[in-house]
Amino acid sequence: MTATNKKAAKQREPLFHVAKRDAVPLWKSLLIRLVALALAFLFCGLLTFLITRHSPLELYESMFLDVFRTSRRVWKMIKDIAVLLCISLAVTPAFRMRFWNIGAEGQVLVGCLATTACMYYLGGKVPDHLLIPIMLVSALISGAVWGLIPAVFKAKWNTNETLFTLMMNYIATYLVAYFLLVWTPDGSSTLPRLQHGHLPVFFDNDYALIVMVVVALTLLMYVYLYYSKQGYEISVVGESENTARYVGISVPRVIIRTMLVSGAVCGLAGFLIVGGLDHSITTESAGGRGFTAIMVSWLAKFNPILMVATSFLLIFLDHGAARMSQDFGMSDAFPKVITGIILFFVIGCEFFINYRLVFRTKASAKREEKA
Amino acid sequence: MNIWKYIFEYLMQAIPLGMTFVYGSVGEILTEKAGHLNLGIPGIMCVGAAGGCTALQYLMPGGVPAVHPVLVVILGILASFLAAGLVGLLYSFLTVTLKANQNVTGLTITIFGVGAMKHLMVGLKGSTYLKALPYFRYPFSQAEQGTLLRSMQLCGVMLFLAIIIALVSSYVLNRTRVGLHLRAVGENPATADAVGINVTAYKYWATCIGSGIAGLGGLFYVMDYSGSPEAYKSIEPLGWLSIALVIFALWRPHLSVLGSIIFGALFVAGYYIPTIPGVKLSMSFTPLLKMLPYIVTMIVLIVSSIRNKRENQPPSGLGVNYYREER
Repeated sequence: MTATNKKAAKQREPLFHVAKRDAVPLWKSLLIRLVALALAFLFCGLLTFLITRHSPLELYESMFLDVFRTSRRVWKMIKDIAVLLCISLAVTPAFRMRFWNIGAEGQVLVGCLATTACMYYLGGKVPDHLLIPIMLVSALISGAVWGLIPAVFKAKWNTNETLFTLMMNYIATYLVAYFLLVWTPDGSSTLPRLQHGHLPVFFDNDYALIVMVVVALTLLMYVYLYYSKQGYEISVVGESENTARYVGISVPRVIIRTMLVSGAVCGLAGFLIVGGLDHSITTESAGGRGFTAIMVSWLAKFNPILMVATSFLLIFLDHGAARMSQDFGMSDAFPKVITGIILFFVIGCEFFINYRLVFRTKASAKREEKA
Repeated sequence: MNIWKYIFEYLMQAIPLGMTFVYGSVGEILTEKAGHLNLGIPGIMCVGAAGGCTALQYLMPGGVPAVHPVLVVILGILASFLAAGLVGLLYSFLTVTLKANQNVTGLTITIFGVGAMKHLMVGLKGSTYLKALPYFRYPFSQAEQGTLLRSMQLCGVMLFLAIIIALVSSYVLNRTRVGLHLRAVGENPATADAVGINVTAYKYWATCIGSGIAGLGGLFYVMDYSGSPEAYKSIEPLGWLSIALVIFALWRPHLSVLGSIIFGALFVAGYYIPTIPGVKLSMSFTPLLKMLPYIVTMIVLIVSSIRNKRENQPPSGLGVNYYREER
């Protein structure tokens, strides 16, 4: 045997190869995710330590414990979770049919804009108990329209929805900028808090109403997606458009209907943000949450109930990292870096849930030699 | 005569801005030709800007070049390319090796990249790294104040580099064996694999080089075009527009130069039209003008999808990860 032949024989079996897993038991997939999260936190702790030279334990304390230290902080987290969850629920139906709607940002923003417009023009002229339903309806309609436009083109000509919805975000942003200039004659573009059309406060808590609405919405969305005919149609279209056509589902109709639902729920989120929380609007009213919602929805495998956990994870990360940055004098962009790194770990670990590495064993190497 | 001067000056604003899109879209085209839709381009452009500026900060201690000015420019560009290429490597590791969802990975890259850039740029001194500006704007910035050549001061070294990169990419993609293999990988990785093309290697190299090129766009925008310490804040929307421009350019790098100039012109129009003497626009109208590039992109998206010509379609393997053992 020549040297090259020997080398070739040695190379025949690589150290490991990748094989697909059939099904993973739930505990195992959860364990893999937890390990990934733990590794991610270790890595971030190390990174922050290298930058700030503070003991990692102090960093973790500030990240994990300080966010829960006062009830005000906890309620702020709950509020942010509720808003993020609401937007995540909105984007989910579209994702289940593989419609990559990254325009939630814009759909929420037009919802905010419609709500604010009602408050600005009708506030004081119509009693609040009439104004609030008008705000709600106009927010729902405007969100739905913003979702409908890309859906119609997708359904009719298969126009790329990812970029289309993205462009709609910027149009919404500049639309808000335009109205802000119209509404503030001094050109400051900061609209003071509007006095009329505030959502009612329950249990002496500013956030109770939003939490209740979002809890109800989560359950509704779960039932809609898993137990209704329309939810089933969405899943079929997502799995295979050909199958859908074969069984007589009108794919364009499902796309348009689903995006109407998606957009309307985004509009609802905008209504809650303006009517229940901010009572005003800026071009940052959606604040990137339309994009974060995509992560929430995807991480939860598009399951509304699991989304409660994933939206908690993302908000907790954001608040924890923000507190850490504040405590140790880091820039306010640092939380985004931390969030990004942790998400990389979480995204990467999906591989180990769907695939496994088969290592070269002595037995298989021997078999190889004989052959 | 006066109007021609006006148009000339307008173009001298629009064309340089357009080059930012050339970098971004050529980078994205290379990545998409390998079958990967990289939504992380905005973040990668940011990282490119941050990497380049960080290197320049060290190369220009106290605002004085530590090495020969030519070397400052070259090293700055290299640092930017490497920083962005590394993020591209991370993206390819996640999507090619770990087969993660491309859209989600790309969005995360953007979150990470924008955050990392802001974190780094806050720590840098604009007064130091921006001192390298005249070297980047080499040929025309030395021209006398008020002359026609002076109004071309934004046309610097990296403007020409952008056009060269676009033309070379176009040549490589369409006229060489490497380009043929790359297109095969993007169209149908299984077939490419069957004829012995190393699919993984092509995907990695295309994504990393593409990301590096896109990263230069970020540096170009800060150093060549804008020259302001606040410029980094507006890179992200330019990155998203670059991705849209790929469709506008029908996945052809040389067309992206033309498309980029049109985009640049539309983008600048929002700032330029209100300053034209004789045009009376209320201030509140400017946001509506700034919508122009986005609306045009949407129209292009719609028109290209209606025409639906075979040669104008995205690579058919776009967005789907390749796993050899899958049917």
